[in-house]
Amino acid sequence: MLRIDCPYCGLRDHTEFAFGGDAARQRPDHTDTDFERWYEYVFLRDNPRGPGHEFWQHVHGCRQWLVVERDTLTHDIASVRPARDLRGKAAGR
Amino acid sequence: MSRQPNRLAAGGHIDRSRPLAFRFDGRSYAGFAGDTLASALLANGVLLMGRSFKFHRPRGVFAAGVAEPNALVTLRDGGRREPNIPATMAELYEGLSAVSQNRFPSLGFDLMSVNDRFRPVLAAGFYYKTLMGPRRGSWMWFEPFVRRAAGLGAATELADPDAYEKLDLFCDVLVIGGGPAGLAAALAAGRMGARVILAEQMPSLGGSLLDEPAGGPGDLWLAPVLAELGSLPNVRLLTRTTVFGAYDHGTFGLVERVADHRAAPGPGEPRQRYIVLRAQRAVLAAGALERGIPFADNDRPGVMLASTARGFLNRQAVLPGRQAVVFTNNDGAYPAAFDLARAGARVTVADARPALPAETIRRCAEAGMELLPGHAVAAVHGRSRVRAAVLAPFDASSAATGGPVREIACELVCVSGGWDPQVHLSSQRSVKPIWRDDIAAFVPGPPPAFQIHAGACRGSFATGDSITDGFRAGRDAAASCGRTRDPGSVGDIGESLGDAWATPIAPVWDVKPLNRSGKRFVDLQNDVSVSDVELAHREGYVSVEHLKRYTTLGMATDQGKTANVVALALMARLSGRSVPETGTTTYRPPYTPVAIGALAAAETGRNFRPIRRTPLHAWHERNGAVFTEAGLWLRPWYYPQPGEDVDAAYRREMAAVRRSVGMVDISTLGKIDVQGPDAGAFLDRVYVNGFASLPVGKARYGIMLREDGLILDDGTTARLSEQHFFMTTTTAEAAKVLAHLEWLLQAAWPELRVHVASVTDQWAAMAVSGPNSRKLIAAAGADTDLSNEALPHLGVRPCRIGGLPARLHRLSFSGELAYEIYTPAGFGEAVWQRLVDAGEPFGLVPYGVEALAALRIEKGHVAGSEIDGRTTLDDLGLGRMASRRKPFVGGVLRHREALLDEDRLQLVGLEPVDGTRRLRGGAILQPHGGPHRGHGLGHVTATTYSPERGHYVALALVTGGMRREGELLDACFPLNDEITPVRVIAPRFIDPEGRRLDG
Repeated sequence: MLRIDCPYCGLRDHTEFAFGGDAARQRPDHTDTDFERWYEYVFLRDNPRGPGHEFWQHVHGCRQWLVVERDTLTHDIASVRPARDLRGKAAGR
Repeated sequence: MSRQPNRLAAGGHIDRSRPLAFRFDGRSYAGFAGDTLASALLANGVLLMGRSFKFHRPRGVFAAGVAEPNALVTLRDGGRREPNIPATMAELYEGLSAVSQNRFPSLGFDLMSVNDRFRPVLAAGFYYKTLMGPRRGSWMWFEPFVRRAAGLGAATELADPDAYEKLDLFCDVLVIGGGPAGLAAALAAGRMGARVILAEQMPSLGGSLLDEPAGGPGDLWLAPVLAELGSLPNVRLLTRTTVFGAYDHGTFGLVERVADHRAAPGPGEPRQRYIVLRAQRAVLAAGALERGIPFADNDRPGVMLASTARGFLNRQAVLPGRQAVVFTNNDGAYPAAFDLARAGARVTVADARPALPAETIRRCAEAGMELLPGHAVAAVHGRSRVRAAVLAPFDASSAATGGPVREIACELVCVSGGWDPQVHLSSQRSVKPIWRDDIAAFVPGPPPAFQIHAGACRGSFATGDSITDGFRAGRDAAASCGRTRDPGSVGDIGESLGDAWATPIAPVWDVKPLNRSGKRFVDLQNDVSVSDVELAHREGYVSVEHLKRYTTLGMATDQGKTANVVALALMARLSGRSVPETGTTTYRPPYTPVAIGALAAAETGRNFRPIRRTPLHAWHERNGAVFTEAGLWLRPWYYPQPGEDVDAAYRREMAAVRRSVGMVDISTLGKIDVQGPDAGAFLDRVYVNGFASLPVGKARYGIMLREDGLILDDGTTARLSEQHFFMTTTTAEAAKVLAHLEWLLQAAWPELRVHVASVTDQWAAMAVSGPNSRKLIAAAGADTDLSNEALPHLGVRPCRIGGLPARLHRLSFSGELAYEIYTPAGFGEAVWQRLVDAGEPFGLVPYGVEALAALRIEKGHVAGSEIDGRTTLDDLGLGRMASRRKPFVGGVLRHREALLDEDRLQLVGLEPVDGTRRLRGGAILQPHGGPHRGHGLGHVTATTYSPERGHYVALALVTGGMRREGELLDACFPLNDEITPVRVIAPRFIDPEGRRLDG
């Protein structure tokens, strides 16, 4: 079981959270009509062995979406930040 | 009751004042409190406790505690019957009843032992060769025979009558193991003020100290330590508790066997307790387990590990044999030899090491033991029990025997091939064990995060060293939790416990046989022998993981605790590599078997998942509703009148709606409050159609897409004020939609000033439908103008109904004049009751979800069976809803090439060609008259009987959709062997112009 240090609620079991996918990708602007950019954003993703950025939502807590910097090999968590603070920059890039 | 021939008159940790009667294979025996089933059987002279897995060879107890491979029994009867319990772990209680396993018809006379004669056929890889061989049919022929002949005990098919519970715990320092190192660690950390939990799998604390003679130096050290630990309020001692798994971030899985040592749990007591523990630090002091040495017929009852024999002698005062041969390659077996001799046994020691110190030779002579350096046990005689051991001069480096052979009559052969530190909980954290030549064993690699290793489990075998090491580990663990108090010192260890090993171990992995007879077992539980390992090597298996799967070595209940390292070393020798080059298999949880019942704990039956009830639930119950599950919700399915089944009831309910008025509980709809200056702009981005332009006091049907352009959900959203919207979602997708909106607002568009909150549980909701719905609401006391002009279709307005607060949304799912009434949950039943009271003159009927679905199908409204995660707007004929003037989620990717294909599955209506035929949901649509192949042309998504049309109608997804209008198809329902010809028609079976909406 992972233990995630929610910036709002403190250290909690991962069973309180829901996984929300890759947080390293930057969602295109909502007015963007470029097909390729949307295609890449939705369908093309890396499957890294090692550190990566993931969305997790604290669904059974504060309901905040978080960006968790987690190593997929060791499960070490290097940082947990509110997703709203990372607006405009793709996490980890 | 029988006498106990192998029980000593004095000594041990048993309570002779508490005799216990028990039964094994139907016979009665006597033991004492403090016995295990294994020790009690041995005390009674019963050596034969099981039959081996594959060859049905007679087997006795071989190892201690959790490592026991042979003596597996089935405990208890009825719903409490539990198979595959090591007799060494079964604590004796009054009336215990156990039976042996894997024998037919009885343990003493087993017809299946004929398998032993077929050993050449049943060698390693038997399963693979028969399964994958040139003639697959051979497996079909063999399987029933193999399944019956090779196996463990059988589980009960009755429900488990006992309760299990789950406990969440937190601590600073978890100490794993209650032996000398663990106790010292708990003492240090406890004295420093850390919150300590110590878990010991056995019933008593002390570990290897309990193998020491009672009243000796072990007890002298143990007594004050246990007293002090018991007095520390910050130290919690858990016995009969196994730490079976080490998980991420300091999380551990434990199982406490609360009542396994009694016939049944006490009132209110769980049988077992599953503990999820989060620790800042764990001291791994799991100790080491002795391993064997393969020699010819080393599986005969009476052959056991030296420490096991010593444990029986000193814990339970059982002398397993009066004539004993001890075969060892290390100093660890000598305490057993000395204690056996002191208890009166005639002891011969065969030590594989050729040169032993004078001190050892002198002490053996003093004890009256014969010592044969440079010797091995090459074979034993006897079948159902050992009768003699064959000793031969032995060269440890080549494993060769040669020279003059001596046969020594004996009942007990104690063997020690060395000690394996229990690296499991370190290895489970992906830390590879490290091989140490000096002790010929693996020790844990560098401690993973959250762990500190101590004692025998890191190769520190002498008891005194373990205590010092454990104390250090406990101190370090507490210090890393910020505890700074001085723990003092560890106390007097006692001289004889401080002995380190004087002579290094000589690695011995097998003893070459003197002749061709006899099998040399590596893994007793799986009947894997040295020749099986050799066969695997000859057939090209080089990876230890492959060896394991090919031979089944290290599998089943004991997971090879006495076998794995021996097999690995044999394989290394065969392939000319070192042991570390050969590697080890990965250890995975659990360390010992865990009952699924314990993991499930209380989450079974009705407690498996929560139940959600609407604010109107009590009314439905009182009025005879039959309920159905919708996700977690319980919803009224239908309200039967006497003699009605579901078909009769829903047809009556829907007819009443079409004719007059009906009422349905829709409180389960997801309800989301959307507020803020940018709420309109936000909904414009979320829905395919526009909402910013929605006037206050109006509602609109909307559809949301996923990022990939497929439909996510639909529902109606009302504008209550300029900055306040009230969104509804489907019952099923409510949580997903809320999380989606929250993600968009927090991660994608945090600049939008909008808040969303779930208000599903805050509002009761009911739909009043039918031509008389307006009159009914007026009659119930609505204080507002309900005319089409004042409250038109899609109008929204607050009101009071008989003085109770409510909000009317003029929306229709049935196609009739209809209103949704929202009221705070606490008023739900009062408003509903008011409507019921006012409804009598109109013949108001409450209706359930069956009629709700039937009405929407008749009207052709799509729902979850059409919005199935694979359909697009165009698939459902809703493409025109998508705005061209604004961007929305999924708006670009919904134009993917594959989503524009004209041959996609698209929505159509169906009617049977023969109006008397029934249509069935899920039927596969095939070309009329055939050929009927595979997935066909599509499938029926929803059906209902249509009272208005007088026959069944259906919605369906068919390739090509409405281009097939008028075509005949076959609706195939193989479960009932039905083929029903149907005609494709428009998916709107009543009132296609929508004239009824205004009543």
